[in-house]
Amino acid sequence: MEGTAVRGRLTWQTATVSQLIDETPTVRTIDLQVPDWAGHQAGQHLDIRLTGDDGYRAERSYSIASAPGEPLAITVERLEDGEVSPYLTEDLRQGDQFELRGPIGLYFVWDPARDTGPLLLLAGGSGVVPLRAILRYRERTGSATAVRLLYSARSLPDVIYREELDHYNHDPGVEVSYTLTRQQPPGWTGRAGRVNAAMLADIAWPASQNPLAFVCGPTSFVEAVANALVGLGYPPVRVKTERFGATGAPGGP
Amino acid sequence: MDALDGNAIGGLLQEVFGTDMTIAVGTCAFCGRTGPVAETVVYLRAPGTVVRCRTCGNVLMVVAEVHGRKCVDLQGLAALQAS
Amino acid sequence: MSPPFSRGFHRRHQTPAGEEGRVPPGQYVTSDFPVLSAGPTPHTPTEKWTFSIKQGGGTEKSWSWDEMSALPHENVTADIHCVTRWSKLDTHWQAVSIDTLLAQVQHDAGYVLAFCDGGYTTNLPLPDVMNGQAWVAFGYEGEPLPPEHGGPARLLVPHLYFWKSAKWVRGLELLDHDEPGFWETYGYNMYGDPWKEQRYAGD
Repeated sequence: MEGTAVRGRLTWQTATVSQLIDETPTVRTIDLQVPDWAGHQAGQHLDIRLTGDDGYRAERSYSIASAPGEPLAITVERLEDGEVSPYLTEDLRQGDQFELRGPIGLYFVWDPARDTGPLLLLAGGSGVVPLRAILRYRERTGSATAVRLLYSARSLPDVIYREELDHYNHDPGVEVSYTLTRQQPPGWTGRAGRVNAAMLADIAWPASQNPLAFVCGPTSFVEAVANALVGLGYPPVRVKTERFGATGAPGGP
Repeated sequence: MDALDGNAIGGLLQEVFGTDMTIAVGTCAFCGRTGPVAETVVYLRAPGTVVRCRTCGNVLMVVAEVHGRKCVDLQGLAALQAS
Repeated sequence: MSPPFSRGFHRRHQTPAGEEGRVPPGQYVTSDFPVLSAGPTPHTPTEKWTFSIKQGGGTEKSWSWDEMSALPHENVTADIHCVTRWSKLDTHWQAVSIDTLLAQVQHDAGYVLAFCDGGYTTNLPLPDVMNGQAWVAFGYEGEPLPPEHGGPARLLVPHLYFWKSAKWVRGLELLDHDEPGFWETYGYNMYGDPWKEQRYAGD
């Protein structure tokens, strides 16, 4: 059921935590078992719902970190004043359960069977999560689509999936690069500072190649990058955006 | 308080409309801008969910949960075409 | 079918012991001050700011920021209750009483519609903004009211749900009928008494 687009009514399903992986000091990947999971497309997200024993409920949305066909996983960043993210990244244990519904969203999806053109992936912070699902799916399907990922993070320890992303640079069709905005390690020769029009002009596929861009991260990041790409001649319809808000996760911390 | 976009209410709208609406195309009743719901400006943290036009800022749609039922007001949309 | 409980998950804040009587039904106490908004935060400079009382299509009286600042103002301590279920106890405001403003206007209106930068509106019966129940607040906890909480000035009407305490307020329109404002149009209660849990229309 890889790549199935699920239409029709969403229902809440019970998910069980099967594994927890610490990606960085504040970021954790949660592998989930969902008995009737119908599959998803690369870039989609799901809604989760937590219910406390006093009946108090909280809902949040998280991008799916796994590729279609892989065991379902989400990656969550702990936000300091958050209500849900500290629970998911610190308290949650293997075997715990919560409700989720999905997959959600046919807009922010890369479908190699339908989409053409080289891929430009632009990640701000935890915005890398759905883009990593796209990269994993590209590899899983043996796609020859050329892809460039530019990932903006505060510092090198904040780069999620670092080993995996570095590994993609061995693939001749993939270029992964980082820009570190607050702190760079000694001897760093990579990019530094926030993504700006000049950096994008340097890395973006020329508009003449009909590239398809996916931009994901905090709202201010997405707006600056999307505007700059349109300024480089990308038709707006070829720039897909997903805003996580200043807090870093769609729908809040 | 940053605004999000229509992706953030993908689940809510699918619950209400019975199908994915992030790729539905809306036309603003005020300025005529046309585009996918995913690209609208969304304010989630309010007594209800407020969806605004990215060009003119007018309210396109409001979803409020009243006594456990979702109520949708679409008066700000001249048209809404689900795929 | 009851949902699975998420082991160990609970809301961030609990009502302090002994304060239960101050908390209306269905509310919980927070020590945060959540920012809720239906639109982008306006940033009106005080040089351009005015507060007007309008009636019958015209302006009865208008104050500039300097004129408003010269009016007698007071320190107000209030518990506030948001319809999204959080309550915040003992909030401190610096504000001008609406009584002070209405005293300068001749009127026989029964209702007001507050109007704001960004287009937000909310309606109230006139008696609910009189007699020491309502203010134009420009200071919060001793500091100028920040834009995300409604600065330069917001309405403060703590005996009703906090959506009635309109942020970025620019004036009151005096009316002879109760005209639904923004949230009231979308299904929220015309009055909004938290002690009667008047959240939605028909409550």
